[in-house]
Amino acid sequence: MGVGIQVEKLNAWFGKTHALQEINMTVAANHCTAVIGPSGCGKSTFVRCLNRMHETIPDARATGRVRIGDMDVYNGTSATHIRRRIGMVFQKPNPFPTMSIYDNVAAGLKLNGFHDRKRLDEIVQRSLTYSALWEEVKDTMHKKSGASLSGGQQQRLCIARALAVEPQVMLMDEPCSALDPISTGKIEELIFQLKEKFTIVIVTHNMQQASRVAEFTGFFLLGKLIEFDKTEKIFTNPSDKRTEDYITGRFG
Amino acid sequence: MRSRFHQELDELRARLLRMGGLAEQAVDRACQAYIARDLKLCHMVLEGETQINIVEREIDEMAFDLLAMQQPMAVDLRFILAVTKINADLERVGDQAVNIAERVMDMVELPKADLPVDIPRMATAVSAMVRRALESFIEGKAELAQAVLEMDNVVDRMKDEAFITLVKTMNEHPDITRQALDALLIARNLERVADHATNIAEDVIFWVRGADVRHNVPQEETPSASQPVTETH
Amino acid sequence: MPDSTTSLVSDFAAAPISFGRKLKNGLATGAAIAAVLLVLLPLGAIFAYLIIKGAGSINWDFLTKTPKPPGEVGGGMANAIAGSAYMLLIASCMGVPVGIGAGIYLAEYGRNRFGNIIRFTADVLNGVPSIVMGIVAWNIVVAGHGFSALAGGVALAIMMIPIITRATEEMLLLVPNTVREAAYGLGVSRWRTTLSITLRTATSGVITGVMLAFARVAGETAPLLFTALGNTYWNWKINKPTAALSLQVFYYATSPYEDWIRQAWAGALILIVLIVFSISAVRIAASRGMLKGAN
Repeated sequence: MGVGIQVEKLNAWFGKTHALQEINMTVAANHCTAVIGPSGCGKSTFVRCLNRMHETIPDARATGRVRIGDMDVYNGTSATHIRRRIGMVFQKPNPFPTMSIYDNVAAGLKLNGFHDRKRLDEIVQRSLTYSALWEEVKDTMHKKSGASLSGGQQQRLCIARALAVEPQVMLMDEPCSALDPISTGKIEELIFQLKEKFTIVIVTHNMQQASRVAEFTGFFLLGKLIEFDKTEKIFTNPSDKRTEDYITGRFG
Repeated sequence: MRSRFHQELDELRARLLRMGGLAEQAVDRACQAYIARDLKLCHMVLEGETQINIVEREIDEMAFDLLAMQQPMAVDLRFILAVTKINADLERVGDQAVNIAERVMDMVELPKADLPVDIPRMATAVSAMVRRALESFIEGKAELAQAVLEMDNVVDRMKDEAFITLVKTMNEHPDITRQALDALLIARNLERVADHATNIAEDVIFWVRGADVRHNVPQEETPSASQPVTETH
Repeated sequence: MPDSTTSLVSDFAAAPISFGRKLKNGLATGAAIAAVLLVLLPLGAIFAYLIIKGAGSINWDFLTKTPKPPGEVGGGMANAIAGSAYMLLIASCMGVPVGIGAGIYLAEYGRNRFGNIIRFTADVLNGVPSIVMGIVAWNIVVAGHGFSALAGGVALAIMMIPIITRATEEMLLLVPNTVREAAYGLGVSRWRTTLSITLRTATSGVITGVMLAFARVAGETAPLLFTALGNTYWNWKINKPTAALSLQVFYYATSPYEDWIRQAWAGALILIVLIVFSISAVRIAASRGMLKGAN
């Protein structure tokens, strides 16, 4: 089951640049929340702060409180432990190139010490089924490498890989921006189904996508969260003029 | 940013204003024809109907294209939807003007009767409503639209009074029944025009405030970013 | 004069290529081909010369027997070939892990001042003359324990390390960061990511680097002069002097004996054949994709 996310007074820096300023947000469990905004507004940074991926960049730091379910992200557990409970899908599909499809999906488990072959088989099948890839690869998943699939399939593979460790939250950083419309459609369909079991946060610069898949939307601008509300409200009658200017294409 | 799109929105607005002008002119002409018992004006109203229908189709087509091709959002989306609805109402106004003109043509053939009903006063009020509704659209001001909604009650009362008086007249003076009937129908047409003006005002409020105030159902009005705008960009 | 109404574009497209341009093109192509020949010529000459001078002396005896005293017919360089292989093995055991380890450090953790110092040191080490390496190894190993295969191995290892380090670093840097991020996103720790993911992705490149280092040191003579010394007999003890092919060629070539000089040619030919063979093997294996890694 998915859990909610509480963000309180989140600030993030790249060196001296104050990339995120006092972000407060509540992400509802088992819903999809979209994060939109023009380039450089901090939406990717925000999402990467949720699983502490932000820290992997040299000279980057973050302060504030992020609670995911009952887990305090910044106080207490190590970053790697946090990341095992949170799944992440990136903008450009990045399957491990030297591993087969099977090994890719199982990577999160194997690399963290889990080796029960039978259970792995079950988990891999379940994850691939969930990401609508099972039928396409079930015969070749041990032989073909992860990199031999098409772009859309690779992204679904990455989703399966993230799902295999059964995270409670899925973070998606512009997952469809490198894909064609049909693959995008399949993944959006997937997100719809994933909502039942997971909480999803999706960064997107495609507003139509946000309006299609997300129940809630947050609009970021220059590092601040300008407006956060139900998606219909944001796209039919937003409260803040800046939000309206952005979504009607008057800037950005 | 999306300058081509905004230019097209301006074009749509201009066309609707033209439509409004044609409809307003038709009503004014029809009322004037009643006062002056002028057949020529009646014919002008009837001929003007074609043009109104053509412009209505053009506006609908343009709005449809913009919806399909430009993925308008928020205020732009509300604007285009409001335009399509106002468009339909204006066409109906044109139809009512034609109805009035036909009644006048009938009346002119009959001897002039002295009817205890002030159609010209009602016509003035209705004309004002239409004009104010169109103004509220031009200015994008919800307050002006709100004023139109209030005037509707006045016109309704006028129509009810006219009905009562004219029915009494028909009972007491059966020889001028046809004239009274014509006048009654004209009163009803005018009341219809007022209703359409009210609809137009409601659509303007929807566009500007994002609030659906139709049918007097109170709706939780959430704050809207759209301030009164004079132009769409 | 072109008609003023014709467009500029059609002028460009329609105009024939002038003779002057064709001439320049031909000259440049010719110069490039000449340069290639200039490079291949010495290589070809070396091969030809070695084959002419040495092929005749290669026989079964040569490849299987130990050297005989001058004057006696027969004898070979079998122990020298084996000794070279032995010392290369020792050098690899020391040089490869250290080199790869340093390369990993530089690529993953060394984007700082300290890393730059190490890089600089490695570059300098690369340029140090091999004879100096030999002297250093002499000081470290021989001075205390005498000439030995180990000393030879050490000298060769020190020479291998900078090449392997730089190649490993470069190959690891070529692995796109998205691959590392994917691993971090799964909650894999940094060191595990580096070993299981990043290094695995760069495997073919790293192996190429190792092979290059191998080829570089396989034919070295000067460092072995002070360390392995040479041996006319078979030796597998790590702490005793050992024969090496390059050493043997040196000794024989500088000797006054006709027979030995003949054998020196043969030895040189064998040496170069083995080096070409090993480099080719690596290229073939890499092109067949047998060394799995990032494409």
